[in-house]
Amino acid sequence: MPVAVRLPTVLRSQAGGRAIVSVDGSTVGEVLRSLVTEHPGMGEQVLNEDGTLHRFVNVYVNDDDVRYLSALETPVKEGDEVSILPAVAGG
Amino acid sequence: MRSVLDLIGETPMVEVSQLSPNPNVRLVLKLEGRNPGGSVKDRVALALVEQAEADGILEPGRPDQVLLEPTSGNTGIGLALVARMKGYHLKVVLPTNVSVERRQLLEVWGAEIIESPAEEGSNGAVRMALRLAEEHLDWHMLYQYGNTANPAIHYRTTGPEIWRDCPEVTHLVAGLGTSGTLLGVGRYLKEQKPAIEVWAVEPPAGERVDGLRSLDDGFVPPIFEELGGAQLLDRKTVVRPRESIEVTRRLLTEAGVFVGISTGATVAGAIRCAKQIRPGTTGVVVAISADDGWKYLSTGAWTDDLDVVTKRAENTIYF
Repeated sequence: MPVAVRLPTVLRSQAGGRAIVSVDGSTVGEVLRSLVTEHPGMGEQVLNEDGTLHRFVNVYVNDDDVRYLSALETPVKEGDEVSILPAVAGG
Repeated sequence: MRSVLDLIGETPMVEVSQLSPNPNVRLVLKLEGRNPGGSVKDRVALALVEQAEADGILEPGRPDQVLLEPTSGNTGIGLALVARMKGYHLKVVLPTNVSVERRQLLEVWGAEIIESPAEEGSNGAVRMALRLAEEHLDWHMLYQYGNTANPAIHYRTTGPEIWRDCPEVTHLVAGLGTSGTLLGVGRYLKEQKPAIEVWAVEPPAGERVDGLRSLDDGFVPPIFEELGGAQLLDRKTVVRPRESIEVTRRLLTEAGVFVGISTGATVAGAIRCAKQIRPGTTGVVVAISADDGWKYLSTGAWTDDLDVVTKRAENTIYF
């Protein structure tokens, strides 16, 4: 099932400059694995070698951080938007 | 009060349920803009300096002592106020893309500004300050991101104030910057009533930080990891500039409350929180307003075309 993934500036060069790409998956983990398979340059920036989420990456489904949902097992459906954002300071 | 510093804290709360999407849920705002330096960060600034004094690192009234801090503005303004009153010299590392008023206020209170590149955002300011601290061992870096005095002051003051003034609270919503407010207030409230949910709101700040070479340049505040932030929070939600400004405007027009753009984001998060409270259940969502609207007049947030203001906000640090 195709899901839209919104990319931060830092990853867009790996996707031909696109801000939004469409990849398949029914969970966040599947979506991210499809993403790094299609765009290998993103690989180790998004997922660690053991398949877990990189420490400095926040992933959201419809603006909710998946770490506080069901992490990589969080389900996604057609029409959902997955966003990837680098962890940034504030204050 | 003997000193302006004694005016820090004890901020008022006001109901803004006009914006609640759920008739069974009240929305209440804690107005941290009422602090003398104009933001929630006055509490943190005073606490960081007093902790350094208690540790014997700083000696009040010796202007040759230099304080250093990376900040997107509000912590710097709070520190400038405290440094002015206590006689320290303050250097702040400030990204160039903050609102003009934040910069003006730092100058008014006598802080020395060291600019960091806009394209590196707040992460760039943190990196530059850490490097400067290594190069100048006589400068004292207070480091709000890594100093437990930051969440501790919210645990000691902001949290108890909310519990005293609004014991019916069921949810806490606050912006996530250093994580100090959420860690301190969230922990205090959960200790009083474990069922209270703690929601964090953040802007999509990293989306457009062009100066990041890779995601490895990301930053998680050390206090968030040290104090178990991920275990404390129940939800974290991102609110984008357009919605932040829309809610900032609604707060003014529907509730008569003039607050900063980050409060618009926080209340947008509070509205989402209120929406998911089940029918038949009542709730009281307390949101923390980090500052008032004054510092954002130049952004046109209340006056200009929404599309234009949104574009502007996408390139400005307002958290």
